[in-house]
Amino acid sequence: MLNTVYRLVEPRRFEANFTDIDIFSDNILVRPTHLSICNADQRYYQGKRSKEVLKQKLPMALIHEGIGKIQYDPRGEFGVGQYVVMIPNTPQEEDSIIAENYLRSSKFRASGFDGFMQDYVSMHRNRLVPLPEGINLNVAAFTELVSVSYHAINRFQRFAHSRKNEIGVWGDGNLAFITSLLIKKRYPDSKVYIFGKNDYKMKDFVFADGLYDITDLPKDLFVDHAFECVGREASGDAINQIIDHINPEGAISILGVSENPVPINTRMVLEKGLQIFGSSRSGYDDFKGTIELYKKNNEIVGYLESIIGEIIEVKSIGDMNYAFDADIRKPGGKTVMVWNK
Amino acid sequence: MIYGVILAGGIGSRMGNVDKPKQFLHIGNKPIIVHTVEKFCVNSRIDHVIVLCPEQWVSYTKDLLKKHIEFTDKISIITGGQTRNETIMNAIRYIESEKGIDDSTILVTHDAVRPFVTHRIIDDNINCALDGLACDTVIPATDTIVESMDNQIISNIPDRSKYYQGQTPQSFKAKRFKELYNELSKDEKQILTDAAKVFVMKGEKVKLVDGETFNIKVTYPYDLQLAEVLLGGGKDC
Repeated sequence: MLNTVYRLVEPRRFEANFTDIDIFSDNILVRPTHLSICNADQRYYQGKRSKEVLKQKLPMALIHEGIGKIQYDPRGEFGVGQYVVMIPNTPQEEDSIIAENYLRSSKFRASGFDGFMQDYVSMHRNRLVPLPEGINLNVAAFTELVSVSYHAINRFQRFAHSRKNEIGVWGDGNLAFITSLLIKKRYPDSKVYIFGKNDYKMKDFVFADGLYDITDLPKDLFVDHAFECVGREASGDAINQIIDHINPEGAISILGVSENPVPINTRMVLEKGLQIFGSSRSGYDDFKGTIELYKKNNEIVGYLESIIGEIIEVKSIGDMNYAFDADIRKPGGKTVMVWNK
Repeated sequence: MIYGVILAGGIGSRMGNVDKPKQFLHIGNKPIIVHTVEKFCVNSRIDHVIVLCPEQWVSYTKDLLKKHIEFTDKISIITGGQTRNETIMNAIRYIESEKGIDDSTILVTHDAVRPFVTHRIIDDNINCALDGLACDTVIPATDTIVESMDNQIISNIPDRSKYYQGQTPQSFKAKRFKELYNELSKDEKQILTDAAKVFVMKGEKVKLVDGETFNIKVTYPYDLQLAEVLLGGGKDC
């Protein structure tokens, strides 16, 4: 079947391209309904990746955060019309030790191949997780981002020592909000502190036990463990500030993406015996766990609603540009595209 | 029930030196008609798909669709009529004999040679017909329209902003179409070009549904080349 794929062909220019989908493979056809824009999409849209990367990856359909409705399942395992979250990580092999999102052979939607801006998306059946009935679909749209936090916290549980009296989260953006919210739910007895620079953004972290301005930190403030959710050039400053304000043998989870290498105060990492570990993306189990979390803690979905910045219906290529441009202009929050293209 | 009615009546007279009707030519590795029928089969709102083609091509079409598509119980292949609207009437007669028609019987009629139709276009058509309005899929006219009454001299150049190019699907309630069509005189039937005109001639509202520039009708050899270019290379995993 001829399928329309809306690819970014050069920064700020989307075009309709076509592929031939084999509807009788074992794949499931999903009609995207709600798509959420991520910073990674914006880096392609605004042409902020290097020329070589843009040349190699474009044309490509953007968006790796999204949900849709089942249109057709050749095996009939999924019900037609069932809402599902689509998993962008697409492993090419199995490994009993290394998680699917760290296998170098894995492919990722809107990075190595077409993302979800399509008429129909042909998905492997193990890349779909059913959504609970009645869930807020605009929140469900960015389940992928939530699953990234969920994944990092699971790794944190594996690596960090058991004293978790105070946990710091550096950053005041969407990822910091989601990560700190999930930490608070996972470790209700721990105090969760937010370290940011924008008062107006930090005020939304109503569940946190303390909000701190990174330019004016008390010298005697220390946390047992920390999460870095800053990214870009500032991630180096954030990591070094964490190193200064973390107790010995603490664990530092790095989640922010930096385009360039950043310097780290390794002397203090050694002296304090710190563990620094990275996390990136997520896999099937993380999506499944995140959905279970939504089911058990309905208030999480309520909190997540508060970071929806804008909901934009997309019926034309002009609307796609409008949504991406609106996402650039917004001070914070997630932009969700209601996909009616 | 909602029926996809695929009009495959063309005999390929505009396609140059090809000997098959144009719906049987290939785009990629499948015949055009297969791509089109698949679009309607995978749309979960469409209950059944009726393909209408010239009598001499019915067996061929049946074999072809059987070979390429596994939804054979969702598809019926029957003979079309002498004109576009007679073909639609054949679909209605077929539905009457099989299931019967009532106010909720919706027809989404579509050219077999428009394989690039999208989910959204089909959905908008269904929504409109369910609201009780006939609808026609269109795109704004991009070329200036010139009128000439004698085929020699321009008699008028209408305001382009008020003109659209018709595509398909065209969708409506089967019962209403039948009533209006049967009210038309023989002369009126002769000037019909499509189903929407039946409603317009009888003073009924026909709503516009946004089409797509790429929802092209494969009519000329150039269109087939364009369709192949549009398909281009996939980037699937």
